[in-house]
Amino acid sequence: MAYSDKVLDHYNNPRNVGSMDKTSPDVGTGMVGAPECGDVMKLQVKVNPLTGIIEDAKFKTFGCGSAIASSSLATEMLKGKTVDEALEIKNTLIVNELSLPPVKIHCSVLAEDAIKAAITDYKSKKQQDANKSETVNA
Amino acid sequence: MKLPIYLDNHATTPLDPRVLDAMLPYFTEHFGNAASRNHSFGWEAEEAVEKGRRQVANLIGANAKEIIFTSGATESNNLALKGVAQMYAERGNHIITAASEHKAVLDTCKHLEKEGCRVTYLPLQADGLIDLQMLKESFTDKTILVSIMYANNEIGVIQPIREIGRMCKERKVLFHTDAVQAAGKVPVNVIEDNIDLASISGHKLYGPKGVGALYVRRKNPRVQLTAQMDGGGHERGMRSGTLNVTGIVGLGEACELAQNEMAEESGRLRAMRDSLKDRIMTELDEVFINGSWEHRLPHNLNISFAYVEGESMLMGINDIAVSSGSACTSATLEPSYVLKALGLGDDLAHSSIRFGIGRFNTQEEVDYVAGRMVEVVKKLRELSPLYEMAKEGVDLTKVQWTAH
Repeated sequence: MAYSDKVLDHYNNPRNVGSMDKTSPDVGTGMVGAPECGDVMKLQVKVNPLTGIIEDAKFKTFGCGSAIASSSLATEMLKGKTVDEALEIKNTLIVNELSLPPVKIHCSVLAEDAIKAAITDYKSKKQQDANKSETVNA
Repeated sequence: MKLPIYLDNHATTPLDPRVLDAMLPYFTEHFGNAASRNHSFGWEAEEAVEKGRRQVANLIGANAKEIIFTSGATESNNLALKGVAQMYAERGNHIITAASEHKAVLDTCKHLEKEGCRVTYLPLQADGLIDLQMLKESFTDKTILVSIMYANNEIGVIQPIREIGRMCKERKVLFHTDAVQAAGKVPVNVIEDNIDLASISGHKLYGPKGVGALYVRRKNPRVQLTAQMDGGGHERGMRSGTLNVTGIVGLGEACELAQNEMAEESGRLRAMRDSLKDRIMTELDEVFINGSWEHRLPHNLNISFAYVEGESMLMGINDIAVSSGSACTSATLEPSYVLKALGLGDDLAHSSIRFGIGRFNTQEEVDYVAGRMVEVVKKLRELSPLYEMAKEGVDLTKVQWTAH
């Protein structure tokens, strides 16, 4: 199977590889997939608490080249978006951008799931903080 | 050194130029039908076929009359299993085979099950060998055939063929072996190994594709088969169809070369294979050899590189041709059933690479491959959340994954 140039580009020069402190209140972490299925994506967003804008995104992926490319592209898409805008990112956008063949669509689905998981994690942290401060104020 | 490098010699091998030279005249000048009995064109073709038959027979210690030419090992396996099951149906209907057999055997067994046969699929031990005690206990008074491959195409593990053959002989059960990966690579002797039927393929031993052979024992016992292809009664009535003269000439020549050069070649390939293994194991942590190291083809190496996925490795070494047990590289989207039969977790099956070193590989190529493998695995581990977690001391088996 031939890979698209964009998949090759992301595979050869993955963007935003790395990890951020998952205990930080401004960092949301999503980990999806399973080793026995052949792919695991970890995606992290760092959100500016004042503006709600994603200032940084990082990923690490165990999986095929298309899975690596999908998560690399996802981090690029996330930067500069608000958390609510990030939730609007659909897997089809990744499919089109990377010209993924049908057998690789699940890689894009996984990337969408990873985005949602990271944002959800961030939001639940915020919620907990809010709850805490309410308790304190009360 | 020329790129890309071919290191997938279990899938197929390049045709040896000496084999091609032997074949060429039979495409043009000597084009006769080996079954034409009344003119020199036919006689020449027949002579070439009979020479090929002797060459194949010599490689495995058989008599030329015991060689049936086929279109390849898939046909040989089909003919052996279906031919025996149908011919000996009155004697019994039970077949014993192993979980790690090639699909040409496993799917044929599935087919026979639908026709009323009972099949026992022996599991593998962790080293890839079958358990002889379990085989012993699997025989019933209905057992007519045991089919166990000589050497495995993925992990290169060589089964205790001689012992299996002896156990079958004692019980008067026929013994078939798929010898595709072993013939021409390690000594195979149908007499000493007590083999009754053996499948051979041309293109796995530097011969042409589209030709193979089935050894069918003629004495002690005389094995009979029900033909699966009806027609002109070629090949002692067991396999009708005009003989593939060029293919047979090529297969024969390939067998003769393999026989003459096996001792030298297996030592040379083993040294290259060992150097590849040593360098990978020295420069990388968390790599695991799949299958017994001791009972193994000299040119096979099958390694799992933990925490990196097979297809992504193949993508990183796109100037090297090897195979992976990863689901992403298979038509079925399932990881290798052979590796799973070893009891390997799916994660390590996804992380496996099979190297098959061949006659035309050089040490320079193997050194290059070793270097590239180390490089790509290190790079991908930098990308791997699993490697990171493992390094942090997280027990990956205890993590709640979201299977999809």
